[in-house]
Amino acid sequence: MVQGGVIITMHKHAIEENVFRVLMIASTLLILSVLLLILGTIVIKGLPYLSWSMITQAPKSGYYLGKDGGILNSILGSLYLTGGATIMALMVSLPVTLYLNVYAKKKSRLVYMTRFAFDVMWGIPSIVYGAFGFTLMLFFGLKASLLAGMITVAFLILPVMTRSMDEVIRMVPPPLLEASYALGATRFETAFKVVVRQVMPGISTAVLIAFGRGIGDAASLIFTAGFTDSIPTSLLQPVATLPLTIFFQLTFDHP
Amino acid sequence: MIKNRTPFPGRRLFADRFSEKILHGVVIVSGLILILITFALYYRSRPVLALQSFPSLLLSQGWHPSRGEFGFLPFIAGTLWVTGVAMVIAMPICLLTSIYLVEYSSKTLREWINPFIDILAGIPSVVYGIWGLLIIVPFIKGYLAPLFGISSSGYCVLAGGMVLAVMVVPVVIHISMEVLKTVPNELRDASMSLGATKWQTVKHVVMRRAMPGIVAAMVLGLSRAFGETIAVLMVVGNLARVPKSVFDPGYPLPALIANNYGEMLSIPLYDSALLFAALLLLLVVLYFNIVSRMILSGTRWSHYYYA
Repeated sequence: MVQGGVIITMHKHAIEENVFRVLMIASTLLILSVLLLILGTIVIKGLPYLSWSMITQAPKSGYYLGKDGGILNSILGSLYLTGGATIMALMVSLPVTLYLNVYAKKKSRLVYMTRFAFDVMWGIPSIVYGAFGFTLMLFFGLKASLLAGMITVAFLILPVMTRSMDEVIRMVPPPLLEASYALGATRFETAFKVVVRQVMPGISTAVLIAFGRGIGDAASLIFTAGFTDSIPTSLLQPVATLPLTIFFQLTFDHP
Repeated sequence: MIKNRTPFPGRRLFADRFSEKILHGVVIVSGLILILITFALYYRSRPVLALQSFPSLLLSQGWHPSRGEFGFLPFIAGTLWVTGVAMVIAMPICLLTSIYLVEYSSKTLREWINPFIDILAGIPSVVYGIWGLLIIVPFIKGYLAPLFGISSSGYCVLAGGMVLAVMVVPVVIHISMEVLKTVPNELRDASMSLGATKWQTVKHVVMRRAMPGIVAAMVLGLSRAFGETIAVLMVVGNLARVPKSVFDPGYPLPALIANNYGEMLSIPLYDSALLFAALLLLLVVLYFNIVSRMILSGTRWSHYYYA
């Protein structure tokens, strides 16, 4: 009897094991197939409409109703805006990460609090950054423009850039710093001549990650970038970006 | 090394001290951004708070900006519905997949699948929105709603929830995997050597140890879903009514903010009300984030940032 019981419970365990294994494989496959479905949908629906004029011309009147023209204005707008924002964010996040890792005492409260603040900022939704950018615009009397959009996106990507850069600079081996100090270098020289050179690849990765986050975002730009069919020629002109163009065209077609 | 304070410090020492002051200032200022954002939104939403009390703003139903009535209940309900649906769909899938990838699959398979999850995380939300418009909305309208005998336009809470579920999956999986990896192998070995099956080990040993971290991962996913704007806005229907079922259209808070940028400055108090909505969103997300970060900072983990 005991033997039978053991066999039966073994069966139950084996069944449970297998059921969950199947469920796990199924959910992994589900995620992969959703990804393929998304990519497939975009490529299949989008590829036939891709043409040379689309990426070399600004929209002419009635372009979005099927006439001539292209979306050069949004492509350039996206690049200008995100490029500017990335440079702005880099000017803050590089000093911050260098301070945290070279100047500040390890495990000091300031270091801990700053990392925590950036972690939390990383979780703030982009629409809130958009609203914040809007309050800044009201405060400084700025109109929706390339500059306002840049500043807003800079705030949006600052935490991503800082935290990913921080993770890289943290990995710099302490003996490297000690060697530099031993040769009589100051912290300033160690930070900007030794550490920065050592982690250059990591910094580029962080910059690219931040750029990628910035270029795909629309919610923060709805208030702050404005929208236009022409290519901006100054910082104070409104600008169109690719996500904004997609968003506006699709939401106007589908009320 | 910088101890010798000569009366005329050389240029190098001056650069060192000067740079320290500057960088220290930059660090402090950047840390204060969080407070600045909260304060700026609060300052701008004061006019509407002066008009109606905080609870009545949250709990009244009427949304008539031109008459000065701002009731956020439909939008809060819309946010809760959409986020709830998304989490119900995403949670089991995330949990099963991260357990599979960490505990069961071979290392090669995991390294093959990881980039795909990263791609999913990197897709801009507008693209998710398009996908929702082209696939999910017709699917609900054509198949799912008729299956339950309901006629729906397809633009509904369920559509928003499904799109959101796909969007939070990479975030939650990534963090849960990091958490599961921190469970020491000795625990698994001990459990297996006592004759437990793989699944028993996962269920009783690994999960018990990793539970706080997994909960934190879910909360981070939840707060991400809370603030997602564009993709949800495109598929959720945007009707300012409290939804009664998943096939009803809803109107989440972020969509409200994003949709009304045009009229914002032409109606008095409207901008204040919308910035109040942003403040509300910010406070909820801050709370979620602070709690889950505190849980996670107990476990050793890294590389959780996302593009």
